[in-house]
Amino acid sequence: MATVSRPVRKRRRPGRLIAEIACCVIAALVAVPLYWMVLSAFKPAGEIQSPAPWTFAPSFDSFERVLDSQGFGRYFVNSAIVALCVVALSMLLSFLSAVALTRFRFKGRTVLLVMLLVAQMVPVEALTIPLFFMVQQAGSAVPALGLNELAPLVLVNLAFSLPFAIWMLRGFVAAVPAELEEAAALDGASRLRFTWQVLFPLVAPGLVATSVLAFIHAWNDFLFAQTLIFSDVDNRTLPQAMRVFYKPEELDWGGIMAGATLMTIPVLIFFIFVQRHLASGLSGAVKG
Amino acid sequence: MTTQIAPAAPELEVPAPQRPVRKKRDGRAAALYLLPAGVLLLALMAYPLYQLVQISLYEYNQPQASGAEPLVFIGLDNYIELFGDDQFWSVLVSTVLFAAVCVIGSLLVGTGLAILATRVRTVPRMLLFLAALGAWATPAMAGSYIWLFLFDADFGVVNEILGMQGHSWTFDRLSAFGLVAAEVIWCSFPFVMMTMYAGIRNISAEVIEAAQLDGATWTRTATQVILPILKPLLVIATIQSIIWDFKIFTQIYVMTNGGGIAGQNLVLNVYTYQKAFAGEEYGLGAAIGVVMTILLMLITVVYLRTQRRSGWQP
Repeated sequence: MATVSRPVRKRRRPGRLIAEIACCVIAALVAVPLYWMVLSAFKPAGEIQSPAPWTFAPSFDSFERVLDSQGFGRYFVNSAIVALCVVALSMLLSFLSAVALTRFRFKGRTVLLVMLLVAQMVPVEALTIPLFFMVQQAGSAVPALGLNELAPLVLVNLAFSLPFAIWMLRGFVAAVPAELEEAAALDGASRLRFTWQVLFPLVAPGLVATSVLAFIHAWNDFLFAQTLIFSDVDNRTLPQAMRVFYKPEELDWGGIMAGATLMTIPVLIFFIFVQRHLASGLSGAVKG
Repeated sequence: MTTQIAPAAPELEVPAPQRPVRKKRDGRAAALYLLPAGVLLLALMAYPLYQLVQISLYEYNQPQASGAEPLVFIGLDNYIELFGDDQFWSVLVSTVLFAAVCVIGSLLVGTGLAILATRVRTVPRMLLFLAALGAWATPAMAGSYIWLFLFDADFGVVNEILGMQGHSWTFDRLSAFGLVAAEVIWCSFPFVMMTMYAGIRNISAEVIEAAQLDGATWTRTATQVILPILKPLLVIATIQSIIWDFKIFTQIYVMTNGGGIAGQNLVLNVYTYQKAFAGEEYGLGAAIGVVMTILLMLITVVYLRTQRRSGWQP
């Protein structure tokens, strides 16, 4: 469908070459920060200050320093646990909700949809204060749900990524034609079977696109991690750990860039994996 | 970028309403399907929101939080203290201005590049998209440090190139805000670009062909044919960006080290956090949170209105 709706370009336009050069230059500029991050992570200690955009002696020293001495690996695992739990749960819950909101007719559906939209606008950052006390209280009843534990972080990130995930998934679920459901019903398939055996595989690309956003949300979260895991060093997540490495008196930029690289790679992989579904998912979500 | 499932064309046609198939049991089934997400959102969003308002009405500092002193209901005193504080107003103004710069910046850059992307062949376009995707994917924390490093006074490549070693970009209030805004625009324009690009690609070729057959130049086609069609999408991208950029926390917190020298670079979110968790004035922090929520809710109302005007139906 992509090629059909392309603007016609049968005639050669003289401006195109200029546009293409501009496009490449801008692409290079946009890529500079990321390139510099990776480059600096691989530069040997003595070269970190040099403006040369290459290095002839790439080394893993910075990575080793970060991974060995500062327990980065542990924080990486913590972040991965939180993010993957959020992704799995968010896929399941947003799929169920999106199905209910698009496929079922019931009273109060419109109200729920509007509330879903409103929920996206809530400045969840302001909720740190009540959530801090709620988690503190929960912890005195169930220790695993208390402060300095990873479980509350999963739940909080899950809750805050759900409204957008459901909203986005709605478009994908709605795109499955109603005739399919009627046909399935005529064939005697129950609604449950239709949902899981027909709808679920068809919506899978949408689920993947949704999951990447939930993943990023959880992986990037700094504020809630900082608030809820404030004293237990072992349960810190990556963004917090990055803060710890940044010591103004002895700035180890090589190490910080190595840490930033390690933090960016999983998201980048996720992104490349789902990028083809992302644009369609977002335009669907944005326009509702 | 092939779109596999296009949930909706950008001409804002609402997906064909699904025919109600099995009406009777819908209500109960829907309740069951919605239950897990509903419980979670009620417990972790609605209830804390209610609590936030409550806390803002109490004298709630360190002694109260630890239980050493009883809670005292003080009504709107926190708000009165807040509105009488010059710093609050200055933080509010900087939040609005900062968000405005970020929103306008990412919209201009994003839309401009989306239009550019439709004019070039596949290879330059893929390069641009790849770079943009990279910027988009970079976690806020990593991005903040990368930009800090690029602009570092002594080790930064930017100062090295400009020959300004020792110049601190985060010392001056405006240049610190500018640096953070640049980072924010860098990682948020890709969203606008992808959205607008998908929108432009979905405009039927005939419309553009007709305009060009009529002798319209590319600029005229862009401003008078494509932009009006994209307007609803643009409005929505704008509001989405306002909501995101109004709530920036990580970048400001990291790049200006908790709000800048003497709090010169505070925005509302960081201000709330500092008041509550650094200053242990939870009641006051909660009041700031409530003000912020109300502001964002006002934007939401505008959002819903525009959605409805452009023919949106839930």
